[in-house]
Amino acid sequence: MTEIRCSPHMHSRETTTKIMWSVVISLLPATAAAIYFFGPSALMVILTCIISCYIGEVVSHLIFYKKVKAFDGSAVVTGVLLSFVLPPSIPLWMAAIGGFLAIFLVKELFGGIGFNIFNPALAARTILTVSFPLEMTQFVAPLSYRVNAITTATPLGIMKEGIGGQLPSLWDMFIGNRAGCLGETSILLLLVGAIFLLARKIITWHIPVSYILTVAVITALTGQNPMFHILAGGLILGAFFMATDYVTSPITSKGKIIFGIGCGIITSLIRLKGSYPEGVAYSIIFMNMFVPLIDKFTMPKKFGLVKSKK
Amino acid sequence: MFQGGVKLIDFKEISKEKVIENLQPPEKVVIPLSQHTGIPSNPVVKKGDTVLKGQLIGENAGFISSAIHSSISGTVTGIEKCPLPGGKTSPAVVIENDGKDTSIEPTKRNWQELKTEEIVSIIRESGIVGMGGAAFPSAVKLTIPPGKKAECVLLNGCECEPFLTADYRVMKEEADRVVEGLIIISRTLKAKKSYIGIESNKRDLVPLLRDTINKFGADTPIEIKVLLEKYPQGSEKHLIKSVLNKEVPSGGLPIDVGCVVFNVQTALAVRDAVCEGHPLIERVLTVTGLVRNPKNLRVRIGTPVSKVLEYCGAEIKEGMKIILGGPMMGIQVYTTDTPVIKGTSGILVLPEEDLPENIQPCIRCGKCVEVCPMRLVPADLGKYAENQKWDRCNEFNVSDCIECGCCSYICPAKRPLVDLFKWAKAEIRKVEVK
Repeated sequence: MTEIRCSPHMHSRETTTKIMWSVVISLLPATAAAIYFFGPSALMVILTCIISCYIGEVVSHLIFYKKVKAFDGSAVVTGVLLSFVLPPSIPLWMAAIGGFLAIFLVKELFGGIGFNIFNPALAARTILTVSFPLEMTQFVAPLSYRVNAITTATPLGIMKEGIGGQLPSLWDMFIGNRAGCLGETSILLLLVGAIFLLARKIITWHIPVSYILTVAVITALTGQNPMFHILAGGLILGAFFMATDYVTSPITSKGKIIFGIGCGIITSLIRLKGSYPEGVAYSIIFMNMFVPLIDKFTMPKKFGLVKSKK
Repeated sequence: MFQGGVKLIDFKEISKEKVIENLQPPEKVVIPLSQHTGIPSNPVVKKGDTVLKGQLIGENAGFISSAIHSSISGTVTGIEKCPLPGGKTSPAVVIENDGKDTSIEPTKRNWQELKTEEIVSIIRESGIVGMGGAAFPSAVKLTIPPGKKAECVLLNGCECEPFLTADYRVMKEEADRVVEGLIIISRTLKAKKSYIGIESNKRDLVPLLRDTINKFGADTPIEIKVLLEKYPQGSEKHLIKSVLNKEVPSGGLPIDVGCVVFNVQTALAVRDAVCEGHPLIERVLTVTGLVRNPKNLRVRIGTPVSKVLEYCGAEIKEGMKIILGGPMMGIQVYTTDTPVIKGTSGILVLPEEDLPENIQPCIRCGKCVEVCPMRLVPADLGKYAENQKWDRCNEFNVSDCIECGCCSYICPAKRPLVDLFKWAKAEIRKVEVK
């Protein structure tokens, strides 16, 4: 017996699982850069995060639904993104705690996919920063794993503290030859992935453009080099891959622009006035809380509304 | 141009070049008394009566109702329950064919000599309803409420549903009758201007339509508008937005912005009724999809779907679904005993889709918001409906949804949004009735 279904009788080919795996694919170039600049230990951190995220998913499904739901790839996305915002030298057990909490605490306790308030990877990073402040702020110099790993400051750290060495050139910052979180350094390869996501229509330009432009404008107005601020820290990673997370960003285009501007203002404020050198993660987490409010105020005006008021 | 909508693969090449064929009237027709929007018609025949083709068998039962005529000559074998698309049933007049196809005496008229009221009354008595799918009685549309004025008439030739090519064929093969129908409607409404709206995939019709318009030399201008190929371009409200850049107010009708919209085949039926005295007893539909010989067919109203499919060499197997209408808004039927009715624009055989069994969670990708032509937030409405929060659905305007299916189509989680909205609307209606 053929099942009777409601219209429409044709559907687009896009699925949640395809979207998740596309995001994973878009992160592969930057993954390669991470392994090149920070060595095999970077790969270990990435794998640890993916596995611990998956364990988090299985455990929470067993507790909440008494069965493991179909795997949609979203745990892999969270795993890779989490590893990208961790220092390459982080002890693996810490990364594992982060991965588990990202899924169990930040995502599944709030209702699972589609219901979490905060970006799981960034919230887990914040938990780790609070729990292990030392390990979370130690960064190794790029390519130093080949001889013996030396710790150094990130460009934003150098800028904020005024000590710790020479600022890398903008070109080095563009290709990723600088200290920083595991996956944030190679702007070039992150952009390759971002273009793929834009071309696949998985993300739209609204959040990244409004976010990055806001940072550029504010830093330029305060007399800093906006190009440096765009390339430094996790801005590109955050703007294209974190702030664009469907679940934790506004649903309308207008809302997305407001969200991006909000992220940009807070990031700039933290970088310029805060005591932390970098503010991308906090700004996105902070703006995540405003999403329901932004959605409420940017609800589209329904068709035929204007005329009926006359 | 309207906001939202989706670009679809149109699959029209399957049947686009097929010349309209006449399907032999079947041995038996089942003509439902409720195949239009409004009150079901009252039967005026009983078991054992002999009827002629075109003879009245169901009369208007109110203002928003329609007359119904026999589509063959033969003997009434009874008034039985028959399945309608959408799962409902309706009493239907069952007529056995005598094979003679004897018609009632048609009344030829020169419409230019008729008064407005006479034309409207002919259209009412000929049982003409909107043939785009909604089957709204045309005479009602031609009766302009006091205080309103019909500035222009729009002929809807968009046929924006994929697969369907019946309206295209009708415009191509019967341009004269269609344009004359439009002129009659336009004159009846005393409209200042008429438009023919077609999607750009029917651009090849423009010279033909233009020549036809020039041949008639109507006293009011008729403009052909080639519109973007974007679903749901043929939705009444969105056609008006595209052609006139006016938005029909929420809860209102096209006449609120001074226009009236008619489907191509409705215009043709109007012309045939007014000039030739032919009531509405047949229509052109597209039979396509998984059928051996896809066709555009002229079918008598009341012909069972099984007969039409048989003629086109369709073998219905497990895992195939039969849809009356297009793939986006058409209605899947559970039995091929369902008859072709006045609003049946196509019979489509499609493979069953591989869709998730349970409702999957929304990931808030926002694609539905982008495509909703009514500028609603289907993502939120879907969640409210899923949790049976009918008051929230109502507050966020689920009643404005036109059920075009863009949101369900685009949703990566394959959430049955249209399904949920139909449910919500029905629940809200229940409360309103109380």
